[in-house]
Amino acid sequence: MIRFIIRRLLGAVVVVWIVSIVTFAIFQLAPRLSGQSPIYYYIAKQPPPPGSVQFKELEHAFGFDRPLFNQYWHWLSQIFHPHTIRNGAGTTAEAASCHVPCFGYSFKLHTEVSTLIWQALPVSIGLAVGASILWLVGGLIVGTISGLRPGSIFDRVGMVGTLAAVSVPIFFTGPILLLLVVYNWKWLPNVSYASITADPLQWLKSMILPWIALAFAFAALYARLTRANIIETMGEDYIRTARAKGLSRRKVVIKHGLRSALTPIVTIFGIDLGTLIGTTVITETVFDLKGLGWLSINAIRQQDLPVIMGVTILAAVALVLANVIVDALYAVIDPRVRLS
Amino acid sequence: MSDQKEATLGTPAVDFETERPTESGAFLSVRDLRVHFKTDDGVVKAVDGISFEVARGRILGIVGESGSGKSVTSQAILGLHKGSNAQVSGEIWFDGRELVAASEADMRKLRGSEMAMIFQDPLSSLHPFYKVGSQIAEAYLVHNHVSRREARRVSVEMLDRVGIPNPDSRYDDFPHQFSGGMRQRAMIAMALVCSPKLLIADEPTTALDVTVQAQILELMKGLAKEFNSAIILITHDLGVVAETCEDVVVMYGGQCVEKGPVDDLFYRPEMAYTWGLLGSMPRLDRTRQARLTPIPGTPPSLIQVPRGCVFNPRCRFTERVPGNRCVTEHPDLLVTAAGHEVRCHIPGPERRQIFTDEILPTL
Repeated sequence: MIRFIIRRLLGAVVVVWIVSIVTFAIFQLAPRLSGQSPIYYYIAKQPPPPGSVQFKELEHAFGFDRPLFNQYWHWLSQIFHPHTIRNGAGTTAEAASCHVPCFGYSFKLHTEVSTLIWQALPVSIGLAVGASILWLVGGLIVGTISGLRPGSIFDRVGMVGTLAAVSVPIFFTGPILLLLVVYNWKWLPNVSYASITADPLQWLKSMILPWIALAFAFAALYARLTRANIIETMGEDYIRTARAKGLSRRKVVIKHGLRSALTPIVTIFGIDLGTLIGTTVITETVFDLKGLGWLSINAIRQQDLPVIMGVTILAAVALVLANVIVDALYAVIDPRVRLS
Repeated sequence: MSDQKEATLGTPAVDFETERPTESGAFLSVRDLRVHFKTDDGVVKAVDGISFEVARGRILGIVGESGSGKSVTSQAILGLHKGSNAQVSGEIWFDGRELVAASEADMRKLRGSEMAMIFQDPLSSLHPFYKVGSQIAEAYLVHNHVSRREARRVSVEMLDRVGIPNPDSRYDDFPHQFSGGMRQRAMIAMALVCSPKLLIADEPTTALDVTVQAQILELMKGLAKEFNSAIILITHDLGVVAETCEDVVVMYGGQCVEKGPVDDLFYRPEMAYTWGLLGSMPRLDRTRQARLTPIPGTPPSLIQVPRGCVFNPRCRFTERVPGNRCVTEHPDLLVTAAGHEVRCHIPGPERRQIFTDEILPTL
């Protein structure tokens, strides 16, 4: 079991390393293909004319004058070495010290990338985790009841409802929720985000609607998935065996049915949750949350390359980590996985 | 209650006192059982009016092709169709109780304790996520109020009885760590752990290789004798029937077409379908053998069951019956000798003549 997890962790490190190469290639090398120096995206102002001494100094400072392979190692090693970053030479230039882990410095926002991420991450995690609990509970309950009685009234209403929910995008449900709950019915105050440590109650009030909006579509998807899995599992031979033993319906369903039916959902859940870190752009925009999605969409808009790269790598790490956790969980649930 | 169970498990005592006579006196009596499934294409008459009896300590074989209604019949006895879209009618008398009309709660008390079932594919019939031993212990715990430790002890003992080496450590193995034959032994242990009075084995040896088949059959026979259980053995393997069973029911298209003592069925069969089955059985006791004779055609649709005799589209002898009765008139299951019943329009003496003159030489 421990060997299994260590193997998976090693695999995860390799994946993250590959992601770093791809990220580097896309954001550092791609601009050069169009004959541009990536310098512009790093210093947040018009660079000196190409070929000038100042330009060459800048290129040297960022390591763009090195050979390609060397450039990658330079970029990677900078993450682990504290250093000073300047966006030019002379007195008009801005200088910033970058602490480990140094993913660069945003001269647009005048903040270290790691600080920006550190501020946005709790918002994104809070959003993803809260929403995932909602959709998991809702989806599993609806899906299980439907799956145990396919064709019943509950099942039909539920499946039509979930089809509708899957079809409605967040940029529609989000504003509608805001309009109804906050402005029309005034069930919730129009509060801005507060961190959970600063003001838990306000945090909760500010997060409820984003959670619901984000969970809505996912819950529908999970309900359909659960239903399909339950129907399939309840037709398995071992369910018949369990019934032939004289077990009660409740025991047959919960101990023998649900455990198998929900196992594949663990996989999908982990990956969904991992994916959500850094990709909840629409929800964050609709509800004015300053999470990773908001950070990255702003960075893209302002061509703030260090921030884009930082968020990209973080999102990749989150997804890989989620996969490792899923694999470990899977091994706990399904004994057949442990040996192979 | 648990003391009594242990006593029967520990010693091969014969428990005649609990056997109550049914109306007909048999331990298990199935009368005119029908199991119909409503589907979008129409009503599937999976079992259409079948009757048989089994006494304690006896082994009844139910033979037939895939889709002839064997498994559906056995699952109806355990009441496993309750809560599905199946419509079950007729009567099943088990130890003085009628089961078709019994509630799911009542059936649950009987399942596993007084009647148990061994299924065809032991790998898919065991839950992949639970230890083999704990699945057996679970079957014991449902019907006996004992500690988990005691249930484990009984289960390990049972694993030992069915011939699994190192039962105490194998208890903690998962089904995928067992071989096919061991899985089926575990299934048998699970079925017998509460010493049921009726054991239904649904093709228990089809998934196993031949050497293991014989061991499993011997094991079942031995344990059934010890517990004085009635056994219903469902199979399409006539060799297994000949070795194991005392009485045989031949099913075709959801109906019983011939039934009787095993010797009658093998040496004096009177129904064309039984002849076909015998002709398609490979035999090792002949030095030279021509090709096996298959039964031409395919099993009937259970939605649009053939009019007249259910076997008539595949029967070679329909022209021997005057007036096209095989196609127009459904034959009754009639007694031809003591305990031997046949569903055929051909008169008895003529059937026997056909068998000795035309069928026997080709077997």
